[in-house]
Amino acid sequence: MYAYDELDRTLINERVSEFRDQVKRRLSGELTEDEFKILRLQNGVYLQLHAYMFRVAIPYGTLSSKQLRRLAHVARRYDRGYGHFTTRQNIQFNWIKLAELPDALAELADVGIHAMQTSGNNMRNVTSDQWAGVAPGEVEDPRIWSEILRQHTTLHPEFSFLPRKFKIAITASEHDRAAIKIHDIGLRLHKNADGETGFEVLVGGGLGRTPFIAKTIKPFVHGRDILSYVEAILRVYNQYGRRDNIYKARIKILVHELGIEKFAREVEEEWKLMGDVGLTLDHSAIEEVRSRFSYPAYEKLPHMPDELKQAAADPLFERWRKNSVAPHKVQGYSIVTLSLKPVGGPPGDATADQMDAVADLADKYSFGEIRVGHEQNLALPHVAKRDLPQLWRALDRLGLATPNVNLVTDIIACPGLDYCSLANARSIPIAQELTRRFANHDTADMIGRLHINISGCINACGHHHVGHIGILGVEKNGEEFYQITIGGRADENAQMGVLIGPAVPYAEVADVIEDIVEAYLALRDRPEELFVDTVKRLGVEPFKERVYATR
Amino acid sequence: MPLVKQGRIITDLFVHVADGAELPGDGAILISAARFLEDPEAILKRAGKTGVIWPNSRAVDDLVPYLERLAAVALVFPTFRDGRAYSQARLLRERHGYDGELRATGQILRDQFVFMTRAGFDAFEVKKDADADAFAETMKRYSVFYQPTGDGRVTALNRRMQLRHSESAGQ
Ligand code: HEM
Ligand code: SF4
Repeated sequence: MYAYDELDRTLINERVSEFRDQVKRRLSGELTEDEFKILRLQNGVYLQLHAYMFRVAIPYGTLSSKQLRRLAHVARRYDRGYGHFTTRQNIQFNWIKLAELPDALAELADVGIHAMQTSGNNMRNVTSDQWAGVAPGEVEDPRIWSEILRQHTTLHPEFSFLPRKFKIAITASEHDRAAIKIHDIGLRLHKNADGETGFEVLVGGGLGRTPFIAKTIKPFVHGRDILSYVEAILRVYNQYGRRDNIYKARIKILVHELGIEKFAREVEEEWKLMGDVGLTLDHSAIEEVRSRFSYPAYEKLPHMPDELKQAAADPLFERWRKNSVAPHKVQGYSIVTLSLKPVGGPPGDATADQMDAVADLADKYSFGEIRVGHEQNLALPHVAKRDLPQLWRALDRLGLATPNVNLVTDIIACPGLDYCSLANARSIPIAQELTRRFANHDTADMIGRLHINISGCINACGHHHVGHIGILGVEKNGEEFYQITIGGRADENAQMGVLIGPAVPYAEVADVIEDIVEAYLALRDRPEELFVDTVKRLGVEPFKERVYATR
Repeated sequence: MPLVKQGRIITDLFVHVADGAELPGDGAILISAARFLEDPEAILKRAGKTGVIWPNSRAVDDLVPYLERLAAVALVFPTFRDGRAYSQARLLRERHGYDGELRATGQILRDQFVFMTRAGFDAFEVKKDADADAFAETMKRYSVFYQPTGDGRVTALNRRMQLRHSESAGQ
């Protein structure tokens, strides 16, 4: 965990008092809605279909139990008793009153949580691997770098009014759980031939109307130079990014229009001209940030404790363990994913009571730490293996032990038409219907890893382009239709899905997905071949045939 | 539109001269970049100070040769959501060493004052009187800064390291 000190706390409090003043000026009419809009967006406040929506940052997805309890409190006191975890390691509240927002923010600031730059045309909450610091084999804890970047990008005086929003993601593992290739800047921490730590820097990824996979702009930037290099990229983007058309204002369009080579030259030139402007991170600066991360005092534990051996007799436990428990870098510990995808539930929702209970479980079993992943699930990052059976029973009582992580019902979905004013179609009810269709665990297990991602419109908040199966809501003559893509993925081999054919009406979506899955089961060349790999091998044609032959 | 400079509301000594209009023989003028670049030397020979309004869509490089002889550069925020002039300001101050008046014009609200001063602006044509009045108060809003810029404020990281250093020296 990173511990905020007096300076971090002072800054968040100062931001709260500034926002309090801005809200007051809006309520008195001193600020027009047009002026206020940008100011509130910089603090995560949207005006949605029914009410103000409030998006709170969870930098690189790490939360303390105290912080989670406070989020539960905000859900209960200021909202309707639940929150919605998003694909950007944020939590959203859908029913907040504007006049009460400053108080909610102040209560969050108390525990080191803020909503700065969770929206608006600035540098957004830096995201990272939800298993950072505990995943076996990672180069080093990427959160140190995420935190360095979090600080640097917070209230940055040059980049708070960019052409568009700007997202940075960092991974330090070979297997990319941070989806860095669909971010404006993706950073992959690795070591060069001399054993020095640095970053492969990728730019220009993103989803939405014009999806792109990020391209490598520089294979290695030394860790000490990462701030100046990122700053050079942003400066070029701030000056040359299009502002005439919001659909073309993202850096991905600039990179695409200039070409990566030309863009890279511009950045390189800017970077050289910058010289030494105090952005170089010497060893002591990096150590200063590193020193404020604390790590659990792990015990020396056996690899296979008796408790686990005994519990293995219970098939329900075993099913959950196989699905939700991942290896930890420390022997005797594991990482436990808590599914926020119960059958029939809206993906990513958690009630205030669940949040409180998870906080208690984190205290009891995970050194008080919780993680939020972009798949809209939570994780307890340091669970002793001997505690797994007890933890499972507790999670099961809370409805958080659905053994479907990474399976067909572990669906990512944006709020869609139920909450979002930009939506063309519903997302949540589609997700709910699909979780019912595939509720049988044995079937889901047989299908294997399969990611379904749903967005209610082209903005792609549900990452539909990179779902193994992507579902995109579109509107036709006032009715909800859905385009289906297959073969997308957001990992280290990120790729956009390919459209299989004409959009289908709401009522047929679940049938179509079932058809696609059946086609896969018939087409895969062995049970281990993942859905995406079958699609890669065969292309979309056989799936298209299966879906449209009878329609 | 009130002008705030050095933290106070002052009278603007610069006269905005429109592109077609005749230049006064003396006195401080503020003219467009296009007009200035037509014949910079002639304009700079005039009695009286020269200030140039530089558009945010043009690299400041073309202005650099004249910086030492300019009394003011005005950068433009056509709307406050367009932040290109922040980069221009930092480049003028930090890279090109410009030390004359750097004025923010356009849609200028109190909510940008801190960002703007950090980027190097020292004069502000403020849109609303109440915002101009609130300048001093607004500037006190933040005491912690994360990024180093040319304004010389010590960053949070540096303060922590200094603190650590003095703690270990005192042991
Ligand atoms: C409910 C209110 C929301 C609104 C009004 C909204 C608005 C938008 C808009 C306009 C875009 C397109 C931006 C662009 O790429 O040009 C976008 C993209 C995106 N939003 Fe949302 N969104 C909302 C909720 C969410 C939620 C709940 C999530 C997470 C579950 C989310 C995560 C994202 C992501 C990941 C993208 C893709 C950006 C990219 O990769 O380029 N948003 N959103
Ligand atoms: S994808 Fe569209 S419908 Fe879904 S949350 Fe984003 S903007 Fe709203």
